[in-house]
Amino acid sequence: MPGGAGPLVLVEGLSFQRGSRTVFDSLDISMAKGEITAVLGPSGVGKTTLLKLIGGELRPDRGRVVVGGDEVHRLSRSRLYAMRRRMGVLFQAGALFTDLDVFDNVAFPLREHTRLSEELIRNIVLLKLEAVGLRNARHLWPRELSGGMARRVALARAIALDPEIVLYDEPLAGQDPISAGMLVALMRQLNDSLGLTSIVVTHDVEEIAGIADTMHVLSGGRCIASGPPEEIRGSAEPSVRQFIQGLPDGPVPFHFPGPPIAEDLLGMAAGGPAAAARA
Amino acid sequence: MEAFAWLGRRVLDWVEVLGRGTVFLARVLAGLPGAAARVRDLVRQIGRVGAESMVLILVSGLFVGMVLGLQGYNMLVRFGAEESLGLAVALALVRELGPVVSALLYAGRAGSALAAEIGLMKTTEQLAAMGMMAVDPLHRVVAPRFLAGIIAVPLLAAMFSAVGVLGGQFVGVGLLGVDDGAFWSQMQAGVDLRDDIANGIVKSVVFGVVVTWISLFQGHDAVPTSEGVSRATTRSVVWSSLAVFGLDFVLTSLMFND
Repeated sequence: MPGGAGPLVLVEGLSFQRGSRTVFDSLDISMAKGEITAVLGPSGVGKTTLLKLIGGELRPDRGRVVVGGDEVHRLSRSRLYAMRRRMGVLFQAGALFTDLDVFDNVAFPLREHTRLSEELIRNIVLLKLEAVGLRNARHLWPRELSGGMARRVALARAIALDPEIVLYDEPLAGQDPISAGMLVALMRQLNDSLGLTSIVVTHDVEEIAGIADTMHVLSGGRCIASGPPEEIRGSAEPSVRQFIQGLPDGPVPFHFPGPPIAEDLLGMAAGGPAAAARA
Repeated sequence: MEAFAWLGRRVLDWVEVLGRGTVFLARVLAGLPGAAARVRDLVRQIGRVGAESMVLILVSGLFVGMVLGLQGYNMLVRFGAEESLGLAVALALVRELGPVVSALLYAGRAGSALAAEIGLMKTTEQLAAMGMMAVDPLHRVVAPRFLAGIIAVPLLAAMFSAVGVLGGQFVGVGLLGVDDGAFWSQMQAGVDLRDDIANGIVKSVVFGVVVTWISLFQGHDAVPTSEGVSRATTRSVVWSSLAVFGLDFVLTSLMFND
């Protein structure tokens, strides 16, 4: 359960633009050590972008991201890489290396960053695969794995170097209930047994509410609600309620913003049907 | 005015791509010592870009040599100089056709595959995953392929020329009756190690660097969608081919203008 030793990851006044679109506008979030922090929000709100900013893959326009006391975007490349060695990332589709089999995928970070003997690497890899239930799938190739298995292998690879922080990018997207339940249980179990700090970005409210210690809801480039799952679920704020309860229309409109349908079909506002046909 | 603005934008875009490409190359070059140390991976990459292109190179070289033998004979026989056929075929191959045609074939066969592979690795987030594991993908993935290309292209060009000479000999000596001894001895006397062969090797090394660079950069710079990867693959072949022809003219005028 929560370690409660203060924030390990701190996002302060973060602003980020992609082209002309503002993804984050002065975002503040803190993520406590030892906890599972869920960052929720509808698709396209910038959840993956947030993980990329925390991992130093993208640079913010304003504001800062602090991980374990280091300001990520002021680190030199070598210090950034040193920080990343303390961090495991589970990508949305697993991002397994397609030219390596399951065993070699998990062994990859060990071979790159340690000078361990092959025998020791083998033992570590088998233990990590055992933790995700895929020790006997070690000879399979990524193309032979189901989506859920690929994510579990990627999880084994993400924890191969015993990181302090694991970032999960939409770990449950497109998973069947069994596979989703398995992944959620694994995330909690690994977090507690390995003493990790987990940051999960997702839109699967129900599954993640069962294991998260703290939840943050993003909307319109800001964090609109933070707190334990029960508090978020009971929120009276309309944007939060719409998202948590999955209402099709509300503060987040069903229709993509633009001119009304009458204008498109009848050309009413734009000078007759001929003008509309050109549009 | 519109056209002027369009032209300006295109030039700016092009300069930007060139800048990104140069930074990319500098980072890949920094990864070369590491790539050279991973012998097993390097050999595997040489196999993929080089050995797998060999059949194409050998068959093409043979036919190009045979055509050279035929055309060269028809030309030389008018002046009664058909005994110089071996020299003519060898010079054409070693100086020009070997480096140029093998680089073009390499761009189509291996360069496009490199662009597609790197582009797909980017699309499926494999490169990002590697970066997040604190392993620079430009050092770990791109540099070994770059080095493999630089090693493979001169070897492919040499094979192309060697097989081409045999093709020329088959047509000239075997079918058209040129004297075998004259064919070889004229070649031996006329082909200079430094002026012809060394310059040919320099050319193919340059082509190997440029074609592999363009292909890997296009893959790495691809928009991460299926359309983006397909465009990158096409662009790698188009730009590589144009670069080979352009550079060939520059190098030829520097090397053979006396």
